[in-house]
Amino acid sequence: MGKQIVIDPVTRIEGHSKITIQLDENGSVADAQFHVTQYRGFEKFIEGRPFYEMPGIMGRICGICTISHSMASAKACDQIMAVSVPYTARKLRRIVNLASILQSHALSFFYLTSPDFLLGMESNVRKRSIFGLVESHPEIARDGVRLRRFGQQMIEWIAGKRLHPTWIVPGGVGAPLTDEIRQRILAEIPGIYQLLRRNIDWFKRAMEDYQQEIRTFGNFPSMFMGLVDNRTGGLEMYSGILRIMDERGNIIEPGFKPKEYASYIGEAVEPWSFMKFPYFKGRGYPEGIYRVGPLARLNIVDTCGTPRANQEWAEFRQLDRRVVLSSFYFHYARLIECVYAVERIEQLLEEPDILNKKVRAIAEPNRSEGVGVTEAPRGTLIHHYKVDDQGRITWANLIVSTNHNNLAMNRSVQQVAHRYVDGANLTEGMLNRVEAVIRAYDPCLSCSTHAQNQVAMHVQLIGPDGTLLDEAVRE
Amino acid sequence: MAVRSRIKTLKIDGRDVSAHEDETILQIAEENGIFIPTLCRIEGLSLIGACRLCLIEVKGWNRLVPACHTHAEEGMEVFTDTERLRNYRRMIIELLFSEGNHVCAVCVSNGNCELQYLAQRLGMDHVRFPNMQPVRKVDMTHERFVLDRNRCVLCARCIRVCDEIEGAHTWDMRGRGIDARVITDLDIPWGDSETCTSCGKCVNVCPVGAIVEKGRAVGEMTKRKDFLVYLSKMREAKK
Repeated sequence: MGKQIVIDPVTRIEGHSKITIQLDENGSVADAQFHVTQYRGFEKFIEGRPFYEMPGIMGRICGICTISHSMASAKACDQIMAVSVPYTARKLRRIVNLASILQSHALSFFYLTSPDFLLGMESNVRKRSIFGLVESHPEIARDGVRLRRFGQQMIEWIAGKRLHPTWIVPGGVGAPLTDEIRQRILAEIPGIYQLLRRNIDWFKRAMEDYQQEIRTFGNFPSMFMGLVDNRTGGLEMYSGILRIMDERGNIIEPGFKPKEYASYIGEAVEPWSFMKFPYFKGRGYPEGIYRVGPLARLNIVDTCGTPRANQEWAEFRQLDRRVVLSSFYFHYARLIECVYAVERIEQLLEEPDILNKKVRAIAEPNRSEGVGVTEAPRGTLIHHYKVDDQGRITWANLIVSTNHNNLAMNRSVQQVAHRYVDGANLTEGMLNRVEAVIRAYDPCLSCSTHAQNQVAMHVQLIGPDGTLLDEAVRE
Repeated sequence: MAVRSRIKTLKIDGRDVSAHEDETILQIAEENGIFIPTLCRIEGLSLIGACRLCLIEVKGWNRLVPACHTHAEEGMEVFTDTERLRNYRRMIIELLFSEGNHVCAVCVSNGNCELQYLAQRLGMDHVRFPNMQPVRKVDMTHERFVLDRNRCVLCARCIRVCDEIEGAHTWDMRGRGIDARVITDLDIPWGDSETCTSCGKCVNVCPVGAIVEKGRAVGEMTKRKDFLVYLSKMREAKK
């Protein structure tokens, strides 16, 4: 058996993971895997809790995507209550969801990923971070901070606080919007458009220098999935129907109801990772590989629905024939979605009923089951709960955005390792490229690792000479 | 003017204070702006001295005594804030935290909780005891209210308010030690109780998130406690 390279931890991502690369006797890459090494138990320890506590508890899954989890959770609770959320509350939820996507995309693009492009994949590892960026490209670093702050401030202004607000509640939201806050947000928007324009411009120029990476960074056929607007087929982050597109750009599932997700998506377990492997049931495992998130969303939609984003989206669609396959373009898609988010927020804030005070429907649990689906920054997020007749949770299942991309991330790691890693002359830059392809997916591992009925485990005892002494497998 | 009772002079934390002989040290301290923590005590209900947070030291006495049940004596020297007391009080709070499920971040009473306030005020920065967290089912059978025994601190305020003010005596205590729990009627689901008038007094006196209104999100459960003093005074006046 050849040598094994372990990248542990994978840096500049959210959560804990490692990558192992297996070399053969000649030092060439034989295989590579992306492991999630942390473990959480949300699906289990919420059993017995009142359903309406879920948005507050589930938001705690993650500090970045707290809004996304609370949102999907509240939507599942809306169904359990069998209420129709007031229009204004729905719009306010949309605004905060988009604000969350904006801040998360800013974090992924500027803080975590842009050091790779601006300083170089092989640049000094000590400088290759947001701090290095502050020294070398202060104006871009400042833009990144400003964009993230804008998203976070909107959340604070509307929902009460930046981190773990409890304003998203079953049946609506906790408090209406005030005109003062509406004006404050609208006043900042023109500057944010300019900020996005100049950063998209430099990134498009930079992409020309990364043609090799574009060809090998997770560039493989896969299906794509995400929400689309059920009337226009346009970009949709809060509700709508789920659409699946194949690797040739054919829409194979034009739109199924989110609550029917289990008929389309299966979940497989591997002994070497705490993260589940969802797959499209129509093709089985592991052939049913699909991707979610910004790249998937911009592939599957018929329109972005807003003028500035549509213009950029038209260029995006020209990148490849029929469907954009390289995961490198996740970054570009993220920036386009930022434009969309700001445009949609502006539209929603201009709606005549946005300041309406009726923002919460109150009801008992009237159904025994609820499924809430939204688009989180990283992709489709599914919360599914069952309750007893008193409204206490008896069962829960979460499929988190990063889960959907698990198969694709593993495929991408293998592709990049094969292309760039040379076991005989190993450099840090080679390994950074393997990490960089993971960063393209902006995985959030604290979100994605969840309880199964039984935890898959594979323990190996390896002697000092590398021989396997003993192993135990629990599947 | 009728003489209420004799006046006693004593020292609290080195300060000379005077008080009526039927006043407790807790009352005297509060009149003089001296803080003594309490949890089971609530103005308007009888005193039970159960939580032991108001323990004080008295010079010449071997035992610590609860301020809520100790009356003023001539020449007494009382200490309310010694290292020994601070340690005991923190330990009491830690034991409460270690026994139930007191995760403030996701609790409906977050920010409006007396246990949380005391933990902060008494400087609890960690819990040195392992979590017990016995599984206690949440009772959601009542139409409007919820009983979550995981958050109950057994202060018995609900029992007292229901008995002394509402007069229904729906609530009671059952079991001992870790098995002690508040019950409705003869330990039947709250929603099935025939004595409960659904007045909501127990909800308002509960210091934590154990008895709350249904459907409240994290941090949304605020409680009104002033009604109790008002009700007691009105009843006194009628007599």
